[in-house]
Amino acid sequence: MDITWYLVLSALLFAVGAGGVLVRRSPLVILLCLELMLNAGNLALVAFARSSGNEEGQVFALVVMVVAACEVVIGLGLIVAMFRRRLALDVDEMRELRG
Amino acid sequence: MEEIAFFAGAIGALGGAIAVIALRNPFYSVLALIVHLISLAGLFLILYAEFIAAAQIVVYAGAVMVLYLFVTAYVGGVEESIWEPIPGQRFLAPLLAAALFIELSIAVVGTALKAVESTGPTIPADFGSPGSIGELLLERFLVVFEAASMLLLIAAVGAIVLAGRKRERETVPARGAGR
Repeated sequence: MDITWYLVLSALLFAVGAGGVLVRRSPLVILLCLELMLNAGNLALVAFARSSGNEEGQVFALVVMVVAACEVVIGLGLIVAMFRRRLALDVDEMRELRG
Repeated sequence: MEEIAFFAGAIGALGGAIAVIALRNPFYSVLALIVHLISLAGLFLILYAEFIAAAQIVVYAGAVMVLYLFVTAYVGGVEESIWEPIPGQRFLAPLLAAALFIELSIAVVGTALKAVESTGPTIPADFGSPGSIGELLLERFLVVFEAASMLLLIAAVGAIVLAGRKRERETVPARGAGR
């Protein structure tokens, strides 16, 4: 299999994730779509690591996974805080910074 | 054989991704994302990234997704309103996503990198094994490794600050108001 196949698949997954961020309004699902986009980037990194015969791309993919875990923790913390304050879980209704 | 494995993984990953954005219930979206992550781990295995595939399943599809499931169950099923704040959002957003895909595909297919059009060079037997990745992490990328651990620590503290219950502030005014 050519590496191009993996890169095109990664572009397709990234586009699906971006479309999800634009279409959905629940912050939980938007976080999930962000995960999709980060994973598409990871697939491209691992595919490039294979095409250049060098493991450094895989280390980079690991770092992306760490960053994704941090983003999940902060994002879910924000969602729980919003839920506690009885705010609507809808990103279009959050128009002001004031809690 | 490799083609079959690739297409099985690709169909799983793509189906999971589309299910994440198409399902109405966030709980099912999280389950679809787990399918997506496991299929992606299979693709990583074809690309000789054994350690990344194992980490993907154990850390990502295991731990992180369990966190998601707990929060989704805590918050409960959130119904998305039918009302559209931006007119035409439902048509414009897929159009933008399709344009993004076409643009990325043109960039990938029309690239001048010749190595991309082959199956890749011959690689040593321990390519992507935990040993060689660990050696790289602890020797060449030591600063990156330490920065990642600091980032995880800060994120954990931030999550506790954000989501932790402030007991004193909540109870004191309630008592004053009651009497």
